[in-house]
Amino acid sequence: MEVEEQCSESPMFVENKADDWSGRWSHIQKLLMRSGPLAHQDFEPGPQVLEFMLESAKILVIGAGGLGCELLKDLALCGFRNIDVIDMDTIDVSNLNRQFLFRPKDIGRAKAEIAAEFVNSRIAGCKVTPHFKKIQDFDADFYRGFHLIVCGLDSIIARRWMNGMVLSLLEYDDDGILDQTSIIPVVDGGTEGFKGNARVIIPGLTACIECTLDLYPPQVNFPLCTIAHTPRLPEHCIEYAKVLVWPQEHPFGVGVPVDGDDPAHVQWIFLKAKERAYNYSIQGLTYRLTQGVVKHIIPAVASTNALIAAACALEVFKLVSSCCNPLNNYMVFNDTDGLYTYTFEAEKKEDCAACSQRPQVLTFPDDATLKSVIDFLNDSPTYQMKAPSLTTMVDGKNKTLYIQSVKSLEEKTRHNLPKKLKDIGLVDGQEIVVADSTTPKAIICKIQFASSME
Amino acid sequence: MKRKAAGSPGTARNSKMSKIPLDKNKKYDRIGSFTILDGQKVTGEDVGNNFFLTKEAIGKTTNCLLQENSDFFKSFSVVIATQLPEETLLNLGSLLWSHNIPLLVCRTYGFIGYMRIVLQEHCVIESHPDNAHPDLRLDRPFPGLSQYVEMLDLNTMSKQEHGHTPYVVLLLKYLNRWKAEHDGKPPLNYKEKDAFKKMLREGILVNEHGVPEEEENFDEAIKAVNTALVPTRIPSEVSKIFSDNSFSNFNESSSSFWILAKATKEFIENEGQGSIPDMTADSKRYIELQNVYQEQARKDVAVITQRVQKILLDLGKSADTIQDSEIRLFCKNAAFLRLIRGRSLAEEYRPNTAKASELGSYLDDADSDVVFYFLLKAVDRFYTQYHRYPGNFDDQVEVDVVKLKVPALARFSKSGPLMQTSKKNTYMKCSAAQEVIKLITHQFVPFNNTYIYNGSTGCSITLQV
Ligand SMILES: [Zn+2]
Repeated sequence: MEVEEQCSESPMFVENKADDWSGRWSHIQKLLMRSGPLAHQDFEPGPQVLEFMLESAKILVIGAGGLGCELLKDLALCGFRNIDVIDMDTIDVSNLNRQFLFRPKDIGRAKAEIAAEFVNSRIAGCKVTPHFKKIQDFDADFYRGFHLIVCGLDSIIARRWMNGMVLSLLEYDDDGILDQTSIIPVVDGGTEGFKGNARVIIPGLTACIECTLDLYPPQVNFPLCTIAHTPRLPEHCIEYAKVLVWPQEHPFGVGVPVDGDDPAHVQWIFLKAKERAYNYSIQGLTYRLTQGVVKHIIPAVASTNALIAAACALEVFKLVSSCCNPLNNYMVFNDTDGLYTYTFEAEKKEDCAACSQRPQVLTFPDDATLKSVIDFLNDSPTYQMKAPSLTTMVDGKNKTLYIQSVKSLEEKTRHNLPKKLKDIGLVDGQEIVVADSTTPKAIICKIQFASSME
Repeated sequence: MKRKAAGSPGTARNSKMSKIPLDKNKKYDRIGSFTILDGQKVTGEDVGNNFFLTKEAIGKTTNCLLQENSDFFKSFSVVIATQLPEETLLNLGSLLWSHNIPLLVCRTYGFIGYMRIVLQEHCVIESHPDNAHPDLRLDRPFPGLSQYVEMLDLNTMSKQEHGHTPYVVLLLKYLNRWKAEHDGKPPLNYKEKDAFKKMLREGILVNEHGVPEEEENFDEAIKAVNTALVPTRIPSEVSKIFSDNSFSNFNESSSSFWILAKATKEFIENEGQGSIPDMTADSKRYIELQNVYQEQARKDVAVITQRVQKILLDLGKSADTIQDSEIRLFCKNAAFLRLIRGRSLAEEYRPNTAKASELGSYLDDADSDVVFYFLLKAVDRFYTQYHRYPGNFDDQVEVDVVKLKVPALARFSKSGPLMQTSKKNTYMKCSAAQEVIKLITHQFVPFNNTYIYNGSTGCSITLQV
């Protein structure tokens, strides 16, 4: 293992660049100019590695919130210069305490734009390109343009959609062999209070988001802007009463915090939440739910965000430079009792709906209705869909079974729901196409009748 | 959290590495003020900002300052030391140890991060455990609970009421029936618990066709059998506190934590309090049941308060030394109290108290990250001898490996001391910030006492050295 003779303080090729100064990258060069026991087997140390990072590598960051701000800073300091960031949110006053790239004057402006401006002005030579849009606004060609994608999202649906997108970019030849150049690795981070996780996904080769969907419990944390402006769920109303009304009205005295074990406190919040639910015509608010939400307080913690972002940025650095093997492939972190990390290899599911290339076989009783199929897709831990729409081919013609996403179509197809599958022309082995907001690409399911299995 | 944090001065030592993010993270978690001594020498600005430093201190090293003006260090709630030479660290460690001020030592080297918390004792009331089961006291129901349960009659209820009777009530009712049939004993083993579940299942109402109704509360009761019937006992972490030496040295300088612990210990028969979980019930009876538990908790707190006041009186202190709110908080968390007893740096380094053989035994496992503990110690020695870190200059890597004279290190030394600036050690900076917050706020539980992070694999370990 030869060590190249090179002065690490000022590598030749960066010395000429106006944005660089002597010693700027010397700490990174110690990793990139030398091999070592921890390096990836294909790693070839040399100046070309840093040059690639600085000049060519294109990184996409999804989300410019708590995790995203930290990620942008970490990646830029690592030496990545071509970074794009997508975020559809604007800055709310509640973001300022932990999303450190934002200032009070930025309230109301796009997170992606302010974050990009801040990083570009602070870190010489860095070019962060902001996109004040939804991830769904971009097509495959856009995503194909990146070497790597990092997700710092608080939404599982968005994560699943991104997962579906990178999987749809994979190219297989006629023998079903994966074209390695079509792979865009994904580094994904998530936090909740003092807990977090970081994972590396090599689409097509290692476990994808859908393979491990059961690791994501139903979402319990809600963004404050939703609570303040666009409540949809009874939980939003409860959070509203607890987070915004309580500190204004001091119902039990100034400075008395909410005590989830005190029925009087919960009752007060329940009544305030009920008022709000009434104003927004939101159903399903109960005392019991109020209690559950009030007691399950998971504040976003700035240092957990910073920590998980650091772990993710490190993985990006390792993946792009190959100077070290990437995380294999899932790390969970918990800081409530000591500092605990657990790293394990999440396994690729043989029949994963998203990445296995296999049609999904769904078995139903012979007299099952279309509604029971929809319910299954919503409730099963494997699919956890939100509002699936179903179509199929009957006698060579496209037949719409049920569409939820468009109101007029929903009304037109609703009558199919109580019908038996057999009565709407579905036969054993029939392929149905399922579209849902959790994936950019519809999945093909094969309906199997229970009687045919005997 | 804010309460304790306000106005707590913390300090970051030799902050080349951890200055900015520690600074940033702490700011956002609302620490009142903190002081940074940058690099090796005290500057004029340091003196201008700090009451404990005088003009004479300018230009002095940390070690000098330690010997001449140790009061400076005593003014902090927590001290963080990063990349300090071994000798200075040991001096600082013993000074802070003797004043019971927590010291957090941070080191990063290549992909490796290291932290060590040095403190005598750290008490946590609000440990916020992840999987705490509600303390329902089903094995020894207090009179208020028994009365409430007896008041409800499942046989005369409407179908609606039957399906919305809180599961705690169901469990207690069926438990009483079970006990009557089993010499007063609860279901003890797997087989008996299964039989008990069957008994509950048979209690579900059936409709006119003999098909059981859907009664979610019964499902909840059946699901809770395994956890809710565990006998009430003092958690091991709490009994550790009750048997701690602090009680034999109990005196007027004992902290309020220990006074409250003593009162609770005396109250041992009624330890803890009930907190009822989310369950299927109509709002009215849910609130009633909740109040039953609340009422008992209030009674418990009142008794504890009397005991606390008596102890305070015995110590010659005024009865309001400990606030009611503090007593309530303590009682509410009585089952989750945590005590950490640390080891000093002196104990770690002194040959007769060092855990050399215990730690050495980890090395039998070739993949154990404990090897980095020894490697970092070797690096410290190297620094003491040569006044630079091994592997810092490319042309000396191979020479340095020989100089380290630690065969194991040869495999690793090439990665060099990379982390003196941003990125890879961001993880460590953030972890350090989290731990400082825990130390200052006394919420959540800090690690004890050494943490090693291996950035190349994403793995980490906690050791007691
Ligand atoms: Zn998959």
